[in-house]
Formats: sequence, C-alpha cells, structure tokens
Amino acid sequence: MRTRKWKIDGWTLITLLCFAYFAFFFIYPISRIFIGSIYDFDTGVFSLAAFQKFFSKSYYTNTIINSAKVTTTVTLLTVIFGSALAYITRTVKIRFKGALDIAMIISVLSPPFIGAYAWIVLLGRAGVVTKVFNQFFHVTLPGIYGFSGILLVFTIKMIPLVYLYVTGALKNMDNSLNEAAESLGCVGIRKIFQIVIPLILPTMLASGLLVFMRVLADFGTPMLIGEGYRTLPVLIYNSFVGEMGRDKAFAAAISVIIVIFTTIIFLLQQYISNRKTIEMSALRPIEPRPARGIKNVLSHLFAYLCAFLAVLPIFVVLVNSFQNTNGMLFVEGYSFNSYRKAFSSMGNAIRNTYVFSTAAIILIVIMGVLIAYTSVRRKSKLTKVLDTITMFPYIIPGSVMGIALLLAFNKKPFLLSGSAMIIIAAYVIRRLPYTIRSSSAILHQINLNVEEASQSLGANRFETFIKVTLPMMFSGVMSGALMSWVSIISELSASIMLYVGGTKTMTIAIYTEVIRGNYGVASALSTILISSTIVVLLLVFKITGKREIEL
Amino acid sequence: MSVAINIEHAVKRFGDKTIIPDLCLHVKEGEFFTLLGSSGCGKTTLLRMIAGFNTIEGGDFYFNDKRINDLPPHTRNIGMVFQNYAIFPHMSAGKNVGYGLKQRKVKEPELSRRVDEMLNVVQISDLKDRMPSNMSGGQQQRIALARAIVIQPDVLLMDEPLSNLDAKLRIEMRSAIKEIQHQYKITTIYVTHDQEEALSMSDRIAVMKHGVIQQIGTPVEIYAHPKNLFVATFIGQSNLLNGKIVIRQNEKQVMLEDGEILATNRLIDACKEAQSVRVCVRPNEMDFSNSGVKGTIMDRTFLGTTMKYDIQLPNQQVIEVSKDAREKIHEIGEDVRLAFDPHHVNIFDQETELSLMKEAV
Repeated sequence: MRTRKWKIDGWTLITLLCFAYFAFFFIYPISRIFIGSIYDFDTGVFSLAAFQKFFSKSYYTNTIINSAKVTTTVTLLTVIFGSALAYITRTVKIRFKGALDIAMIISVLSPPFIGAYAWIVLLGRAGVVTKVFNQFFHVTLPGIYGFSGILLVFTIKMIPLVYLYVTGALKNMDNSLNEAAESLGCVGIRKIFQIVIPLILPTMLASGLLVFMRVLADFGTPMLIGEGYRTLPVLIYNSFVGEMGRDKAFAAAISVIIVIFTTIIFLLQQYISNRKTIEMSALRPIEPRPARGIKNVLSHLFAYLCAFLAVLPIFVVLVNSFQNTNGMLFVEGYSFNSYRKAFSSMGNAIRNTYVFSTAAIILIVIMGVLIAYTSVRRKSKLTKVLDTITMFPYIIPGSVMGIALLLAFNKKPFLLSGSAMIIIAAYVIRRLPYTIRSSSAILHQINLNVEEASQSLGANRFETFIKVTLPMMFSGVMSGALMSWVSIISELSASIMLYVGGTKTMTIAIYTEVIRGNYGVASALSTILISSTIVVLLLVFKITGKREIEL
Repeated sequence: MSVAINIEHAVKRFGDKTIIPDLCLHVKEGEFFTLLGSSGCGKTTLLRMIAGFNTIEGGDFYFNDKRINDLPPHTRNIGMVFQNYAIFPHMSAGKNVGYGLKQRKVKEPELSRRVDEMLNVVQISDLKDRMPSNMSGGQQQRIALARAIVIQPDVLLMDEPLSNLDAKLRIEMRSAIKEIQHQYKITTIYVTHDQEEALSMSDRIAVMKHGVIQQIGTPVEIYAHPKNLFVATFIGQSNLLNGKIVIRQNEKQVMLEDGEILATNRLIDACKEAQSVRVCVRPNEMDFSNSGVKGTIMDRTFLGTTMKYDIQLPNQQVIEVSKDAREKIHEIGEDVRLAFDPHHVNIFDQETELSLMKEAV
C-alpha cells in the first residue's frame, strides 16, 4: 500500500461528498419529520397532540386498517398467483412464452395509476364493460370502486412483478433436485410443497416485500379508484395538500406511523430470508416440457389470462389516446387531437419529465458507481456506514419522502421548495439504493485479479478504475441506469407533494387531468410515457443481449 | 431385493438426432456394471432412460421380468446419485437421508434407526444435523450415496458421482462406494468417463461410443483383449505400429514397417496375406534390448515410480515407452532397440479396426 494512513485520498473525499449529499437530502429531512411529529419548530413546544388527534378518531385510524387490509390481501394474492404462474411456465411448455414475458415486463414498468385509470374506463360506473353488462342483463352494477377495485387493480398490476422474480429463482434451481425427489418417491403437489417452495421461499418473501412496499406507498391508485376507501398515503396527501389544509405536525405523525409500519415489515422479511437463504446455481436448469390434455389447456389459459389482464390497461390508454373527445366525453372517430392538446397545454410537463429524470439519472449513476466501488473495493468504517444509510430509502414511501423534503427546505437558508432541484433530489434519494446494489453486484463479479494485473503493469488505482474497472462495469451499469430512468419517469407519490406549476411532470399532469376528467389528454400523456418505457426497454435488451431485465 | 436389468433394442432420439440407435444390454443381479465412454457417447442418456427421466423411443427395458418402459421414476424403486449430488439444500444431512423413507411412510423409530445406521455406513454420523451448505464435496457425496441406498432400491444408478471431487478424495470414495455396494449387493449401474475409475471398481464394463456398445467385459478382458482399435486406445496407453500380414513357413505372421517379424500364434484364420494391420503395444510391454524396433530417444519424463521415454522411429512416428524408474536410465539422443513379447500385443485390421486375435484362452 502506497497510501499513508493520515492522508485523505481521492476515494475518502468522494465518500465524504456522498455522505454530505445523503446527510443533507435524506438524514436531515427524515429526522426533521420525526422530530416534527412531536415538536413545533415555530413555537418550540413539545406535544403528542398530532398522535392524539390521529388515534382519537376512527376516521383516521381506519386508514391504517384499510392500508393493512389492502396490502396484505394484495401481497398474499400476488405471491400465490405470481409464483404459480412462474412455476407453471417453467415446467410446462407455453406457446409464445417470449411474448408473454415481454408483456409482463412492460406491465411491471408502466406507471401503476395508469392501471387504475384504465380499469375505471372499462369497469367504472360509466365503463365500457359495465355498460354492456348492464344493458345485457338489465342490472345496474355499481362499477369497481373502493376496496374491491383497489384490490383488482393492484393484484393484476403486481402479479407480473412476483412472476419475474420467482421465474428468476426457478432458473437457478437445478433439475437434478426435482429428479432426486422423484427418484425417492416424491411427486406432484407433495414435491412442490416439500422441495420447490422451500427453495424459492426467500425469493417469494422478497418479492412479497416489494409488492407490500409498493402497494402501501402507492398513492395514485387508491386516490383514483378508492373513493371513500382511504389509505394512509391518501390521508397524508389530504392532510398536507388537500382538503384539510396544511397540518404539518399531523402529516409528520402519519409519516412516522407509516415508516414504523414499513420498518417492521422490512425487518421481519430480512429476518426470515436471512435464516432461510439458500445458495443455488443450476448446472442443468428445469426444462419446460409440453403437457397434454386438460393440464396443457389450463396452463395456457392461466398464463394468457394473466398476461392479457396485465397489458389490457396499456391498450385501453393507447386506444383512448387516439379517440376524439368532446369536453370530458369520448366521441366517435379517431385523430391526433388529444396529442395536439397534450403538447400545447402540457408541453412544459413533458419537457420537465425528461429534463428532471435525465439530470437525476446522471447524478444517480455517478454517485451509485462511486459508492459501490468504495464500499466493495475500498472498505472502511466510513463506507460501511454509508452503505447502510443509503439502503434506508427502501423503507421510506415516496409521499413521506416528499413531505420530509418539503418540511426541511421550505425556509431560508435552505429554500428549495418549488424548485426543480428538490424534485431531482427526491428522485436521486429514492432510486440510488437500487443503483448501488446493482453496481456492487457487478463489482463482486469482476475478479480482483484483473485490477491487480492493471496495477502490476503500472497503472495507479485511479487509472485502473477509469481504464479497467469502469469499462467492465459499463453495460451492467448502463442497463441498470436505464431501468432506473424508467421508474423515475413514472414516479408520482413524492413529486406530487413537491411540484408547483412550473415543475409539473407528466405523471402529475396525467393524475390531475384524470381528476379533472380530461381523459383524452391523460391517455395521450400516458401513451407517451409508456412508449418511452418500451423504447428504453428495447435499448436495455440491446445492451445486455438478453431478453430479461434486472429489477 | 436386487434385480437383473435387461435392455432389448433400446432407441433414443432427441428430435431428429439419434443418440442411441439400437442397444442391448444385460446386467446381472447384484453386479457393479459401468458404462464407460467419452462425453456425448450416450452413457448418461442410457442411465436416465433406466431411471425414467428420459423418454424411451424404442425397445424394452426390464427389471427382472417387469417391463418398466412406462413406469414413472418414483415407482421404479431406484436409488440415484447425481453428478452434482442434488442434495436438498434446505434440509440437514439426516433429513436428506430420511427423505425417501418418509415418502415410503416409514415410521419412527425405524426411520431414525435406518437413517443412523446408514449415516454410520457412510461415516458421517457426526454431520447428521448439519446443513449441506457447510459441507465439503466429499461429505455431500456421502449424503447422496446414503440417501440413495437407505431406501433399499432394486437398482442403484450413479451418474459420474466422483467427477466433481479432487484426485485424492476421488480415490478414497472409490473404495467407499465399492465397499458399500458389495455390502448391500445392489445391482449398480455406474456412469463414468474415467477409465481408471471403471477398471478399479467394476465387475463388468461396457465401453460406449456414439450410442453403440463397443465391448462388454470384465476390466481384465477389456484391457488385455480389446475387441477393436477404439477400445484399445481408449483404455490405457497404446502405441500403434503399422505392419502387414506375411506368411513364413506356412505360418501367418506380422511384418512391421522396418522389417521386424512378430511371430504369434493368436491370429485368426481369416487373415489374408498382405493385409494391412495395426499392432497395438502398451508402453510398459516394451523393453530396451539388443534386437527389435530401432529408435532414438527424444525426451524422457520422470514420473516417480516410472520413467517415460518418447522414442522416435525411423518413419518419424513417436512412441511411448515406460520403464521402472529404478532400472538403468537412458540418455536423450541415445539410439535404442525395442523388443516386446508378441503374445502380449493386439493386432487390428487397418480398415475395419476390428481385432484379428483369437479369443482369449
């Protein structure tokens, strides 16, 4: 080692800079919201009034029960159906499996509230399917709203997510395990429960956690389709921006309750999967085999139904975007009118989306790669702390992050509210953990000898990083960055707390247009968003040379 | 209860590619039978057909008199040891071994008794409650073996079980497997590409190539009397010398390229004069002598117990000779002559590559 201990080298400096960024845009706002729930910064008075207010009325406490009900039901249903789908498509040969996988991936990547909106168009009070059904059977269906509607939208939306995860785990399961079980006399359902499920359980739990977090944090879907059924993110939004005015302490208190909730679930999942984690690698993966008769028919039906329902919302907005509108109603005929209107009235939002997301992704990649590199290759106490802190945003829902940033930066000297910077900062904080994690994984796969070879040939550490390590990481980091970009352009729950007129993004525009009933413009914007997603997806396929994605 | 295995005219196709065109095989009850061949010769395919994991496109498979073609694997009462062991990673060693017994509804305390006894046999009793992830390859191998045998299978099938182990452990496991197989007298089919493994463990060996059995025999038969050139070169080291059949004093003999005559009485009657042949001599069958094939020592390699010489013949062909390292050491560049006992060579037809030797006496 050439570096002397007391010298602050470039890597330490980088670590410290990243630390500062996190301290400023994450630790400070989050601790502010925690303190803000029991302490009034203006008057300097400690009080538990906000919590008392929350727990005194069932109007508020019900939102916890509602959220818990929705999240657990959706998580259970999606883990069951998603895993079943993954197992079936892994063992039974399904025709057009490639197309099915693409449909699943596109569905996972599309913004969740588009699903809510599309299902209202189909099954809402005045929905296409509802109307036909009511005329045909002479009944009046109320349409899907409230609990059942939320459940339907979320379940259909999240099954592909679990499917992709569990499929990945099943790919790593060696077929000889199946054969060993069979040769010892264990077949059918018993084999699934005794061998297959225990082996993929960690993945099922991990994907379950992901579904749980996403559903719990999702604000758009219950807002659009829930009507009277209020969940925690809806309550936060309403208490902060909406109907009840700005009760900061109350919003902070709800945020604290949500974070406690997510932390418990997160720790529980970590505890279980740490105990059950099993390393697997498949020499001979399971081969899907053609099935016969009823088994074949049912397998195909189930797979196609899941894929069809997953992409149906996308087709609905696609068709709607070209349909002529008259005020709030769709009328006969197709044209580009909605697109024209979208560009003229929402041009700003479209531009903002691409500018903000691109700025954020550049920051994310630079910080992500550097943090990953220091924590994998230059391990120290400092990098370990940084590594841990950068994982916290996992458990902070977007709306909580939004409120935290807003409360922290609404006054001089840190007056950032209403700026583009605060939205970009929210994007960076929310997405950075994923980039760090994927970059670290890539680094772990690069043999240290390669870097040592470079140094033995006369390159210093920095040159080695730039000339050897970085190029080897490039394709992995690039595809990861593109996937992050996709998730950023669909972000709603944090940015809706932070936007002002000039910093509106497409997702916010879609949400507000749907609320106003301008379905045409909303559809056109959604289609632009989804098209961007698909273009990026094709780019990722091209870069990685694989027809699959890292989530 | 052990069974005899009878395979009649087996055919295996993957799509329109034929892996095994037409194969017949009879394995005796309690026998340790090895399928030997290089990768892609169809040996594992055949094993998996017997296990029931591969479909059978033609022919009949019997365990004793029972036709098993259409039986699913779990009803064939086989024990199988996989190349990568296929230990269930979420179960302890004891649970892995007891797994098959549980499927067979064996109740406590018999279950524990049999698991313990089996763990004892494979000498890993102390690992009973350990999880497989903390175990070495050899230990996992022992679990895999115990798990396959404890269910008292009719047939034990082993698919290259030692190929993932290091050299020393492999030799240790060889004798362990052989010992256990003898103790339980289970009919065993063992697949390997390692000829040394096959020779040291098997009662009989079938050498396979392109889905066709080249020769079936005991290790000694296969080594000493290979039926064709492929078997001769695949099993052990061989030097091949060109020659042709000549008739001297009404006796058929072989004349090597440099005029040396090999007088052997083991040539079959079908040999014709002037027929081109290849003479196969093992490196350890050759002696430095005052007469015999001429050559020059090009290189020598010390291998511990033996010294290996590379010797160039006048026709530029390089052959190998190995001698006891305690014998006189010859120098590189030295001109030598090599003699060998004509009764210990094997002679093959140049074109058909079939043996021209009479059956062993």
